[in-house]
Amino acid sequence: MLKILKYSFYDLMRSRWSYVYFLFYLVLGFVLLFLNNDLSKAVITLMNIIIVLVPLIGTIFGVMYYYNSKEFTELLLAQPLKRSTIFLGQYFGVAGSLTLSLVLGLGIPFILYGLFRSDAIFNFVLLLVIGAFLTLIFTALAFNIALSNENKIKGFGYAVLLWLFLAVIYDGLFLLSLIIFEEYPLDTFSLAATMFNPIDLSRTLILLKLDISALLGYTGAVFKKFFGTDLGLIVSLAVLLLWTVLPVQRLAFKAKRKDF
Amino acid sequence: MRKNISPAVLICGLFIWLICPKNLNAKQIVCPVCEISSIKQAIEIAAAHDTLLIKKGTYKEFNILIDKPLTLLGENYPVIDGEDKGEIIRIESDNVTVDGLFIINVGTSYTADHAAIRVVKSEHFVIQNVVLEKLFFGIYLEKSNNGKVYHNKIIGDAVNEYNSGNGIQLWYSHNVVVDRNIVQGTRDGIYLEFSDNVAIKDNISSNNLRYGLHFMFSNDDVYTDNVFENNGAGVAVMFSKRITMHNNIFRKNWGTASYGMLLKEIYDAEITGNTFEENTIGINIEGSNRIKYRNNEFANNGWAIKVRGACYANTFENNNFLYNSFDISYNSKVNDNVFSQNYWSGYTGYDLNNDGVGDVPYRPVKLFSYIVNRTPETIVLLRSLFMDIIDFSEKVSPVFTPDNLVDAEPLMKRAE
Repeated sequence: MLKILKYSFYDLMRSRWSYVYFLFYLVLGFVLLFLNNDLSKAVITLMNIIIVLVPLIGTIFGVMYYYNSKEFTELLLAQPLKRSTIFLGQYFGVAGSLTLSLVLGLGIPFILYGLFRSDAIFNFVLLLVIGAFLTLIFTALAFNIALSNENKIKGFGYAVLLWLFLAVIYDGLFLLSLIIFEEYPLDTFSLAATMFNPIDLSRTLILLKLDISALLGYTGAVFKKFFGTDLGLIVSLAVLLLWTVLPVQRLAFKAKRKDF
Repeated sequence: MRKNISPAVLICGLFIWLICPKNLNAKQIVCPVCEISSIKQAIEIAAAHDTLLIKKGTYKEFNILIDKPLTLLGENYPVIDGEDKGEIIRIESDNVTVDGLFIINVGTSYTADHAAIRVVKSEHFVIQNVVLEKLFFGIYLEKSNNGKVYHNKIIGDAVNEYNSGNGIQLWYSHNVVVDRNIVQGTRDGIYLEFSDNVAIKDNISSNNLRYGLHFMFSNDDVYTDNVFENNGAGVAVMFSKRITMHNNIFRKNWGTASYGMLLKEIYDAEITGNTFEENTIGINIEGSNRIKYRNNEFANNGWAIKVRGACYANTFENNNFLYNSFDISYNSKVNDNVFSQNYWSGYTGYDLNNDGVGDVPYRPVKLFSYIVNRTPETIVLLRSLFMDIIDFSEKVSPVFTPDNLVDAEPLMKRAE
């Protein structure tokens, strides 16, 4: 598996898109810090971008890479290799290179602007960890979709729809249900609803770590009681981990049975 | 002028000075090792209008009653230790001055409001340069008018609201000046009840449990150039008329139930030139009418202004709204308040004729803010992409937010 991972990783590292992605974050980081020297405020702005963009890029990249390297995959399948090795290797290659672009692209400007001397370091590290998780999750979901759909157009369509659902539509439904059932106590419901969507979970996790959480009022207090503790943080990270592991499991499972 | 004083007058003056030198302004010296070693004793001996010079040392006394016009002057901050037994100084006479004392350990009581210095039904008092620590109530003015509370430092260690007192409290006290005091760690920093024509200037009120400054049923008061930082709520103005608020700074009153300023049943007030910075809610307004908000700056607050209801004929002009999560929150569809010529950092319009006024009206109430008002739980969707999208669509074609709640002349540059 490591060999395939290495191959996919270097393949992507050589590709233009990885550089573009890396440069994008590099420029973004520098511009943000140039416009606003306050590290902790830059973290807030960055959060807005990360929770929308990282899943989108992860999804599109994952689908694209799968379809593009299909011929090579078929070649590999003819070799005496385990299927899960091939697909997981490719998956980790893609997800790894995307994560590396994100971490380096944002890390370099922040370190240059004195991250280690700032107390925003914990928030920033949390942001990067969440960014990495979102990349892993959405790339895995994208691989799943691509594996289940031979038709490229359909695959792309589903992938974009998935992103749209989790980033936008889910919140819309969430909002609607909150308004419709406003007569009922909704704290546990909103807590659960947040847990079921990795994007919402990431957003809430970061918001509560920043002092903006005072805005959340009573509901925020309930949230803070849960997410604000170490246990809450561990549970949330565990849920994110679960979100990563489950699609990867399905990927391995599906790959074994698929007829090429 | 000097040339005009004739020798006769001089001789006359000298004569008067020789005849009654001590009766006019006698000085009693109190120190721990002196003949007079307690303040109570000194007050007993002293004649009216005497000055008691209290030397450096520790005086373990409480219930000191000043019932004649005296000046208590501390030298190098003598300590009066009440040993938590009760009230320390009680003034029941006009023309009393208390200056330069260090008073500690006021007794806490659940039945009596023990104060470090209490002024009862007296006029023309001056309380200055006093330092209070470990207190219950600090300076308590009760039906006492025309006095001055100047340059005192009150440092409390309040933990709970129910067993702590206020730093400076005015009760039925009119025409008092409260100037340059530092109050921290009490329940209410400065509290006014039924007190009219009070001037509160240049005070710093911080880290108080409840409010930095609190008005109840007090009219025609003025507060200017004060700083309110990190209190439960900066200033609470309730049930009062014609209060003027100028050039104050409300900073970092941050927490789930914190406000920079809380207005409740306030009429005809004037709020100008204040700065509201990093408060959860800049101003929370409820049932307040005919208030003029001018030249204030609202920066980095959660909500700059939260209008709860029954607020009519208020005007907001030339204010700066900078980078608040929500500029205005409004809970009804009826609007009778005027927003005009403010600067909004969220404004995206243009100014074709370059007159400094945007050509497109600005709507300060976002749809999200409207939804949050209806269903507070929805705040968990703060900063979600979906909210940005519906905010944008509401901005393009308003459906839910009040139609006439617009700033028709938003400024393109920050108001001075």
